[in-house]
Amino acid sequence: MKKTIITYFKRQTNAAPLAVFRVFFGLLMCVSIIRFWSKGWINSLYIEPEFHFSYYGFEWIQPLGLFTYILFIICGISALLVALGYKYRLAILVFFLSFTYIELMDKTTYLNHYYFVSVISFMMLFLPCNAQFSLDVIVKKKSYKNIPNWTIDSLKLMLGIVYLYAGLTKINSDWLFRAMPLKIWLKSKYDLPYIGQTIVQQDWFHFLMSWGGMFYDLSIPFLLLYKKTRSFAFVLVIGFHIATRILFPIGMFPYIMIFSTLIFFDSNVHKRILEIFRRVLKAIEFKRVNLKTNLIQINHYTVHKRFHFVIICFLFFQLIIPWRSVLYPGELFWNEEGYRFSWRVMLMEKAGSANFKIVDSITKKYFYVDNKDFLTSVQQKQMSFQPDMILEYGHYLGNHFKSQGHKNVSVFVESYVSLNGRLSQQFIDPNTNLMELEDTFKHKYWINPLNDEIKGF
Amino acid sequence: MFKKSILYINLLFLLTISFSCTDSSESNENLVDNFDRQSMLENITDNIILPAFEDFREKIEVLEQSIITFSNDLDLNSLEQVQYHWIEAYKTWQYIEMFNLSKAEEVYYIQKMNTYPATISKIENNISTGIYNLESNNNNWVAQGFPTLDYLLFGIEDNTTNTLLFYQNNDNIAHLKYLKDVVSQMVSITDVVYQDWVLTRDIFVSSTDNSATSSLNTLTNDFIYYFEKGLRTNKFGIPSGVFSGDNTRSSKVEAYYNSNVSKVLSLEALNAVKNFFIGQSYNSTSSGKSLKDYIEYMTEDTVLTSAIITKFDESNELINDLNDNFVSQINIDNSRMIAVFNKLQEGVVLLKTDMLSVLSVSVDYIDADGD
Repeated sequence: MKKTIITYFKRQTNAAPLAVFRVFFGLLMCVSIIRFWSKGWINSLYIEPEFHFSYYGFEWIQPLGLFTYILFIICGISALLVALGYKYRLAILVFFLSFTYIELMDKTTYLNHYYFVSVISFMMLFLPCNAQFSLDVIVKKKSYKNIPNWTIDSLKLMLGIVYLYAGLTKINSDWLFRAMPLKIWLKSKYDLPYIGQTIVQQDWFHFLMSWGGMFYDLSIPFLLLYKKTRSFAFVLVIGFHIATRILFPIGMFPYIMIFSTLIFFDSNVHKRILEIFRRVLKAIEFKRVNLKTNLIQINHYTVHKRFHFVIICFLFFQLIIPWRSVLYPGELFWNEEGYRFSWRVMLMEKAGSANFKIVDSITKKYFYVDNKDFLTSVQQKQMSFQPDMILEYGHYLGNHFKSQGHKNVSVFVESYVSLNGRLSQQFIDPNTNLMELEDTFKHKYWINPLNDEIKGF
Repeated sequence: MFKKSILYINLLFLLTISFSCTDSSESNENLVDNFDRQSMLENITDNIILPAFEDFREKIEVLEQSIITFSNDLDLNSLEQVQYHWIEAYKTWQYIEMFNLSKAEEVYYIQKMNTYPATISKIENNISTGIYNLESNNNNWVAQGFPTLDYLLFGIEDNTTNTLLFYQNNDNIAHLKYLKDVVSQMVSITDVVYQDWVLTRDIFVSSTDNSATSSLNTLTNDFIYYFEKGLRTNKFGIPSGVFSGDNTRSSKVEAYYNSNVSKVLSLEALNAVKNFFIGQSYNSTSSGKSLKDYIEYMTEDTVLTSAIITKFDESNELINDLNDNFVSQINIDNSRMIAVFNKLQEGVVLLKTDMLSVLSVSVDYIDADGD
């Protein structure tokens, strides 16, 4: 046993897959940053709001005013350097830090695929993605033929976790037996050409998509793993992600997943892709740097001894952390305790409204807050159905009115939430003074329980 | 291997193309199953918005005419006529205010017609200096429209007889001129907005896509915004003091100087909201496709729509029980104003949370989660 483990970690393979992965990842990230900027989201999400929702323990991470643009420039340039493989280790470190900083600035914009990018870039920090086809190779005049096989497997495993967990979390009664929330979302896509007014409106189609999505997520890692089914699986990946791109506003994520799954192909495919890259570079007269001469070909790339330990620990952590929601009582979709960072995607159509009441606890005089005065519409929308954000905003309001000279400030919220097409019901206990609560990892007893049960994961 | 997958990709594309081709040929028959959003927009535009505008336009012109007559005759009868037509026009206005879109939004129609309370110092300053531009988009909202007429017709003196004396006094000829200027601005801006509705009607009813800027979505969002802000907050919330905490603000009721009509106005507004929701034609009992039908198509039942209509009806009952004069109501028993506010708030929850959720109306476009 021990022996097989040791031989496993010694096994070598061609470095091309990681090089291809690096190039696509870097380019897609660079495009993502440019796209984000061009849509004006840096301003509307990070500069305009006067208040930002922080992650527990990361309150010190805040947008940097106009310097936020510089942060995005740094992030974009480092992504480009990752693609080029220039000073790779530093570039991926800067990319990981800047990207993660951006994501931690405001919880409002939490998306699983942003988290995915942070996860992957953290892993890449420990993987020899620059061993081939990189500027580092040219500068150091050293090209590596082989790298340890486990470095590629670790990415496969991570992608497998994402798909598998996304599939497992779809095994619940809302998704499978009510076709929720897909039914709501698909029906509203009536403006799609051809299919919008026809099949997209049909009941059977909503169920087909729900069940199909679940089976797709559960089976795709295995189909990609076996050589015989791999090409078929890749066609599925493309079809599925393009379909989601057409149906839902999910930005760059489909492309990131499509290119990431290339990692499952063997090195011959990647060698050919690198060959295509080389031809493209030649075609655009990239001749000044001679790509081949004077390179010392080295057979094996030695990865730092501790790196595989880091990756193993990290993957173990990734396997465990999505299960933390079982530690909490009550309905997960309703309470959202342990909901983030666990590849639960597209499972809920949740909407809410939250009216905050500032009460003088002695005179009992009160007034309502107009959320527009403090939050952008995106923030209002997200805050209205997420308990931790309601609490954080409640504290912000309390402190704001205290500093304005109001006395004996207590903050109450009258909030209603509708989940997956259910009629809305009161969400937070309206008699709980939010100022007396602290955000913790303990169960939030001040959430009124959902009057219904959703079975499954 | 790679070549093989390229082959697969090509196959996939062929498949999608052939798929969509067969679809397009079938789509005409299947369209029957689907909710016809354009006919909903047509019903709302042709039977609710346009007739309301036509009626309002007439009434505001009659009001202008009566003011001109009054400025010539300066007698009690013509003043009472002005006051009467002001009330009639103000009531009809309640059917217009929720449609704050396209041209109306661009020229700040709603703000210019009905920002209350009016600011007396601003009005008096305009009158005494004689320098004012009522068309400008960023000032004078508080010195024109219905609230300013309210002040000039009911607030300048404590009763109609004294008001008549006031205008008969030659020293106050500038006030008379301001009265005419304000109403003529109301007529001309109404005309601008109305003409635009007529002109853009066809484009408007065909913009049914689900994007943040489509007619369907702006109309829905404006409807909710009006219900929450125009009706709940402005007519009940602010005057009853729920946003200010310390004291009631009876001076902020709509039509403060002639506050005997404040209840009538809010009942009209609620009626306008309900008619819009159930698709009932303006000034008629016939009805067509509406948001209510759309919700029922999406939810496949009437649970949500009947809950919403119940809130409208319960609010109506609570308002009906109030004093005709909201200033008196606030001074006698403000809790009943707050009760209306709370009931309307229950409606806001259903509209903003449940309705928006089942309609999946795009509000702001940012990336959402995918898998």
